[in-house]
Amino acid sequence: MKKNTWINLGFQAGALVLALLITTLILVAVGAPPLKAYLSILSGAFGSTRNMMAVLITWSPLLLTTAGVLITFSAGLWNIGMEGQMTLGAIFTTGMLRLLEDAVLPPALIIILGILAGIIGGAIWAALAGALKTFGGVNEIFGGLGLNFVATALTIYLVFGPWKRPGVGSMSGTQPFDESLWLPTLPGTELSLWSLLLSVLVIIVVYFLLRGTHFGLRLKAVGKNSRAAFLMGVPTWQYSMLAFLLCGAFAGLAGGIQVMGIYHRLLPNISNGYGFLGLLVAMLINYQAVWAAPIAFLFAALNIGSVQLQILYKLDSSFAGVLQDMLVLLVLLGEGARQRFVKKD
Amino acid sequence: MEMNTLLIGLAGVLATAAPVLFAVIGETITERAGIINLSLNGTVILSAMGGFTVAYKTGSVPLGFLAGMVIGAIVALIIAFSSITLKRSQVAVGFVLALLCRDLAYFLGVPVLNQSGPRLPSLSIPILKDIPVIGTLFFKQDLITYLSYLVIFLAWWWIFHTRPGLMLRGIGERPAAAFVRGANVNRMRYIYTIIGGAIAGLAGPTYSLSIKAGWMGTQSGLDGIGWIALSIAIFGGWNPLRAAFGAYLFAFLQWLGLVLQSKLPGVPTQVLQVAPFPLMILTLLLVNISDAEWVERILAAMPEKPRRWMMKLLRALRASPPAALGVPFESE
Repeated sequence: MKKNTWINLGFQAGALVLALLITTLILVAVGAPPLKAYLSILSGAFGSTRNMMAVLITWSPLLLTTAGVLITFSAGLWNIGMEGQMTLGAIFTTGMLRLLEDAVLPPALIIILGILAGIIGGAIWAALAGALKTFGGVNEIFGGLGLNFVATALTIYLVFGPWKRPGVGSMSGTQPFDESLWLPTLPGTELSLWSLLLSVLVIIVVYFLLRGTHFGLRLKAVGKNSRAAFLMGVPTWQYSMLAFLLCGAFAGLAGGIQVMGIYHRLLPNISNGYGFLGLLVAMLINYQAVWAAPIAFLFAALNIGSVQLQILYKLDSSFAGVLQDMLVLLVLLGEGARQRFVKKD
Repeated sequence: MEMNTLLIGLAGVLATAAPVLFAVIGETITERAGIINLSLNGTVILSAMGGFTVAYKTGSVPLGFLAGMVIGAIVALIIAFSSITLKRSQVAVGFVLALLCRDLAYFLGVPVLNQSGPRLPSLSIPILKDIPVIGTLFFKQDLITYLSYLVIFLAWWWIFHTRPGLMLRGIGERPAAAFVRGANVNRMRYIYTIIGGAIAGLAGPTYSLSIKAGWMGTQSGLDGIGWIALSIAIFGGWNPLRAAFGAYLFAFLQWLGLVLQSKLPGVPTQVLQVAPFPLMILTLLLVNISDAEWVERILAAMPEKPRRWMMKLLRALRASPPAALGVPFESE
């Protein structure tokens, strides 16, 4: 037992070191000084209060999407459609705000309704993927991917069509909302404590939901062996659907927060890749909710920090993605290698 | 005159379908062997960047295409290794590779960003090009488009009309039976995954050295093509001919969007360009729906005549994946 723990640690450390080694070689290949590049990512993420705020702003939606996929992964589902679910959340929130913009209601109420609309929008889009799977036999990966494209198309249609700015529509999005409808932020920053609070709350709820409840246990049973779960009396497709709905609701919340807290308008590509990134985080932590917060934080820091690379060394900020993807890939492969090694032993 | 414009437009459809075709046919071959290569989207983008870079540095277009194939093969090798040897989830590894290759392409592509480089010249085929209608449509293209016609029929002939093709279908459908018959299932899966990846790797250079010559980073408009190709592979029911039809249909719809744009000034440009995507979902639904239990129930409740007609329609649309798709094989 003791020996196995050491083997596990060894393989995990090996995977991390190898990932760093490869990304370092990639940096060398493009002629960047690796150590300085890593340090600049660090200072880009934590060098100033402003940058640290930016990390927290990124952390919040990422935590939400990670929480969402932890649920669908538990049910054995690949919710790759989270980008679209987040986008639909953003669309619904924008729609609600546009509807109530001129109404005589307290702004706080409008904000709450806007957030709720986002949650509903995300859940509807996820329900569609779920329905396609349950009633149409369409694998959730392909249904989800297709719905992502439809969501993008819908956003572009709205931004350039019915919701376009007075004058001419542009990729910069719809007309920004009145400041009274913005999610309150810390003075002088764009960081909203509300969104931070909500996302932390959601990940805590998901942690306990999956860990200690009847619901979580049955969900996992469906994920591990849906047929056995069905024979044991678990209503399997209803549970899958519920997992989709919850995941979509969290993604929709993330989309709503993007609109109300950060951009104050709808714009194309509002999901910003957080849906896919959430999937990566969940894979890296091997679906253990405890690790979601720190790893999502690390990924957020890499995203913000690598912007600095672009400014200092004229390198593309996609380096953050390269590092994140490489980490996940090698951890996945390392786990496979470990199992092979242990079996042979 | 009007006729000629139409023909040139349709010839353009055949050319723009070529990269999608390579990706779709490559995926079809891979999935026939029982492996899902979900990395397609990354493969297309990275092979576009890599192919252009090599052609730009060496001045040789063929070397660029070769580089694309090598990139596709390497990515496929990683998938084969992780899923066959290490027994990891094909979907997980494929998904991560899709993102990794895309990010790598944007990161490594900076030096050749917006540079003008070599591109494949158009090459009309003598005699054939003078046939009315058909000549303009098929034979005034470039070399890679001709190759795309060829790949469809080669793949179809290989899968359905040769002995190794029979084995290929066997290792995707019933690997245990193929194993008993003497097939080295895992080695063949390795080989076909790599071949499929190499064919898919032609897709990128077909963009960056032919129809959208150059490398424009995130502005290249290639992000998403691979995901579409994956859906078309399913629509194609793992048959190269039907898959090719799907790829051409997709390219045709995109072209139709561009044409209709001038007729419908009220609809924003960007909307018509994404119009085929919702249609793809619809087709996926049609391909799969006959498996659903409630459809059977409704069919059973229908009167005789329309039921027959509906069943025929559903059967024609229906496509079942290779039975062992995504399932690892162990000989013990």
